[in-house]
Amino acid sequence: MSDERVTSSLSRDDVVHVAHLARLDLTDEEVELFTAQLRTVLDHAADVASLDLSHLEPSSHPIALENVLRADEPRPSLDRDEVLAAAPAVEDHRFRVPRIGAEAP
Amino acid sequence: MTTAVSLAAEVRSGARSARDVTDEALAAVAANDDRFHSFLDVMEDEARAQADAVDAAVAAGRDPGPLAGVPVALKDNLCTRGFATTCGSRILEGWRPPYDATVVEALRRAGAVAVGKTNMDEFAMGSSTENSAFGPTRNPRCTEKVPGGSSGGSAAAVAAGFAPLGLGSDTGGSIRQPAALCGVVGMKPTYGRVSRYGLVAFASSLDQIGPFATTVEDAALLYDAIAGHDPMDSTSLPSTPEPTLPSIGEGVEGIRIGLCRDLVDGCAADVAARVHEAADALAAAGAKVEEVSVPEFSYGLSAYYLIAPAEASSNLARYDGVRYGLRVDGADVEAMNTATRTAGFGAEVKRRVMLGTYALSAGYYDAYYAQAQRVRTLVMQAFDRAYDSYDVLLGATAPTTAFDLGAKVDDPMAMYMNDVCTIPSNLSGHPAISVPFGTGEDGLPVGVQVLAPALGEAMLFRVARVVEAHAP
Amino acid sequence: MSEWETVIGLEVHSELATKTKLFCGCRNAFGDEPNVNICPTCIGLPGALPVLNEQAVELAMRIGASLHCDIRPSVFARKNYFYPDQAKDYQISQYDLPLNVDGWLDLPDGFRVGVTRAHMEEDTGKLTHVGASGRINAADHALVDYNRSGVPLVEIVSEPDMRTSAQARAYASELRGILVASGASDGRMEEGSMRVDANVSVRPAGSREFGTRCEIKNLNSLRSLGRAIDYEVARQIALLESGGVVAQETRHWDESAGRTEALRSKEEANDYRYFPEPDLVPLAPDAAWQDRVRSSLGPMPADRRATLVAALGGDPSAAEVDQINAVVDLGLDGLVNAASDAGAPASLALVRAANEVAAQSEAGSRLDAGAFASLLAMEAGGTLSATQSKAVLGALLERGGGDPAAVAKEMGFEAMAAGSLAAVVDEVVAANPGEWARFVDGDDKLMGFFTGKVMEATAKKANGKDVAAELRRRRG
Ligand SMILES: [Mg+2]
Ligand SMILES: [Zn+2]
Repeated sequence: MSDERVTSSLSRDDVVHVAHLARLDLTDEEVELFTAQLRTVLDHAADVASLDLSHLEPSSHPIALENVLRADEPRPSLDRDEVLAAAPAVEDHRFRVPRIGAEAP
Repeated sequence: MTTAVSLAAEVRSGARSARDVTDEALAAVAANDDRFHSFLDVMEDEARAQADAVDAAVAAGRDPGPLAGVPVALKDNLCTRGFATTCGSRILEGWRPPYDATVVEALRRAGAVAVGKTNMDEFAMGSSTENSAFGPTRNPRCTEKVPGGSSGGSAAAVAAGFAPLGLGSDTGGSIRQPAALCGVVGMKPTYGRVSRYGLVAFASSLDQIGPFATTVEDAALLYDAIAGHDPMDSTSLPSTPEPTLPSIGEGVEGIRIGLCRDLVDGCAADVAARVHEAADALAAAGAKVEEVSVPEFSYGLSAYYLIAPAEASSNLARYDGVRYGLRVDGADVEAMNTATRTAGFGAEVKRRVMLGTYALSAGYYDAYYAQAQRVRTLVMQAFDRAYDSYDVLLGATAPTTAFDLGAKVDDPMAMYMNDVCTIPSNLSGHPAISVPFGTGEDGLPVGVQVLAPALGEAMLFRVARVVEAHAP
Repeated sequence: MSEWETVIGLEVHSELATKTKLFCGCRNAFGDEPNVNICPTCIGLPGALPVLNEQAVELAMRIGASLHCDIRPSVFARKNYFYPDQAKDYQISQYDLPLNVDGWLDLPDGFRVGVTRAHMEEDTGKLTHVGASGRINAADHALVDYNRSGVPLVEIVSEPDMRTSAQARAYASELRGILVASGASDGRMEEGSMRVDANVSVRPAGSREFGTRCEIKNLNSLRSLGRAIDYEVARQIALLESGGVVAQETRHWDESAGRTEALRSKEEANDYRYFPEPDLVPLAPDAAWQDRVRSSLGPMPADRRATLVAALGGDPSAAEVDQINAVVDLGLDGLVNAASDAGAPASLALVRAANEVAAQSEAGSRLDAGAFASLLAMEAGGTLSATQSKAVLGALLERGGGDPAAVAKEMGFEAMAAGSLAAVVDEVVAANPGEWARFVDGDDKLMGFFTGKVMEATAKKANGKDVAAELRRRRG
């Protein structure tokens, strides 16, 4: 284990940027509060961030499985009307959304 | 109250009708749940229809299933076809899924009767059920206290006697910790043993559905009914599970038990004392009990609070106001997405979504997310070493007994600390169970946790049964 | 402009010809009613989970093998960004561990283009912008159809090896042929089952490092691919020569205006926060599966062109090279091979296939090779004239087959018995004594005259060669 500690450099601007990435609108008070609270969590995580674990592979699953596949056989789809009935806005059997400001990334 | 095992026996034998049992449960909820708010919504008609179907099967001499007529409380993050499923969030208020979760189908096949959807921390993010958008649940043992969380509604419903069985989901302790605080049995199976299809995701690599019950035997009965392979879940384990009920009474003679200091020492003195009593009881019952230390567990909490929010930040992106649930309009799509999510999510969800987004964002991925996944490997290896010497591990479920409503809502880190003893099993995907074992100095329930290696459910229940038998 | 060198790399998205989508059992179909092929998984309902389609993996491996890629253990990842055609607001794709890596593709002229990777991912839903003639920027609102959401794609990324728009067109065209030949896709650009994006930059000739590149989207045909690259190269050179700099950006090809335009795209959209998809497990096709895929592959377009060249007896003419490319492109080479195997001259089969049959490639793909072969045999044997043979071929194509001899008879093309020809010649000679005398004296110009008279008298049923032979025999 290495000694150098990683302490969170999370800034107010980071919080604003991350909120935008996550499509959340924060009041100034919330930005202040969340900045402080997230710093606390990240500072607690510093013990982990400063460990030297270069010899270990990251595990994204607790139990290792491989090649889980399904046959290319159709299954019944959902009833369109039932699905569209739950949608906030519908037009011509499609989901209606406000104008799209920008092209897909 | 009557156990699920005896209720099912009575219904199967025709001594009692499922409809009678169901009506009694529905009446009890109607009469008393305003004190606890364990249910968000009661499935009156669906429950009666299912009960009548069970009675019809009995009358026709068909097998009504191992859970015949037994009322079950469902956490509100389990999809129920045509019946509101909200995850305790405004953003899904009134949403009726067009499909049933695999576990909900399994319950129906087993003859169980789902009586309602229970309260929970929003999207299962919390340890007190105070993060529900629809108001908190109160602990039936003391209504000034929290029931724990995030499955606090199911734990309270079982503790209050509304239903002998409940289902919850456990991502960092969300079944075991509320079970401990409410004085009931709560168990998290091996990751992949119970299908997640139809469980609204919080953190996909950690979430696992499991049972609440008043006895270990009832928990095993419910577990056996929901465990199994599901082709709709790629992480579902392919093997067919052995039923655990048949071997549940085999005792602990010769079983090697590691009393894990790291899951006891940090806890309140009265909780730690109960765990040591349980260890002594197991030794007296013939188990080989030793103290063991697994220091790597101390990194679990930090790793968990990076991995779970990271996965959640992606899992919760779909709540964008386009296809279902809440929409708050805006000038363009991005404004609509933002207005919808800002109005639809509560503070804790926003906090974790931002934390997870940050942990995954450019420049921080390796330092936070990838590093946390390495810690996960570290914890798994530590478990493997411990299980070379022991069949199961023993510890506390939660560091304290139930705390006051509102005591920790403004201090996220203090709230997160509730999960310190339960998180290691989520990181490793191993099964673990919380068994009520006496009370603390405040007279509130204490839970003792038994941990087993992957697929060690049968052993887990055997040991838990002995702990239960010696509970003060 | 000779002092500038163009550098082109292509990203091609190909839909896979599966029955169902990549992660769910909904039908993978083009042109259905909106939102009829949707389920909890492909519209991102809470609680739904993905399960990988085995046939999609098989087809992705076929593409990799056809492009000489290494097939590697791979992992699916989530690419996170908000967009309404993205049902989960993340795309399941492959990031740092793609299925196919390090391959190549040889253009018909032998130029080799490196293939960096060919990875699996899911398609998005289809957006319709309503108002302002469907242009995104001024539209009033938009509609989403998720039938295409979750359709399996393979994204094939080339090395920046191409230097001209012609090479880029040849690459796209050759790749299309390979996708079809491997059975992975129908390769229909007009239906969007093959979509091409071009990364274009210029640099001073001889310079080592790359210039700043622009990515051009919305290239719906090989023609627009070529035009867009030529326009973009000119634009970048003009910019640089006027002292400007090229901005790295995504540009949209406007086919009608004939130019590329910068897209309004979100700056932070580049922070995709990729991480391994926890709802899926790693994909690692074993050696046996890889061998099965490799051995099941049929001949690729290059092999099929070689077969035709060989059938022609080597070094084909420029015209024949074009005919060979066209025939292989349309998948009519089987017809040509069958005909020449059955004894018909390969060159004749190639010409007819590249022209008459290609003209109706729909019907041509259904044409019975045996019928085609025996028709060409009749023409080669002189039983039918070229004109008659083409007429019969037309009829066969219309009917999708039939017995050429019967069709020819029915069209009144049955060859004339030698005896009856002699009789007609007698009549013609008797009717034109003066001309006959001069012909016999050696006035060859009259050969055409008499041939015409005989044809007239036989309503063109006579075979030109036979008539000429008969006339010479008489002249002695
Ligand atoms: Mg892509
Ligand atoms: Zn689907």
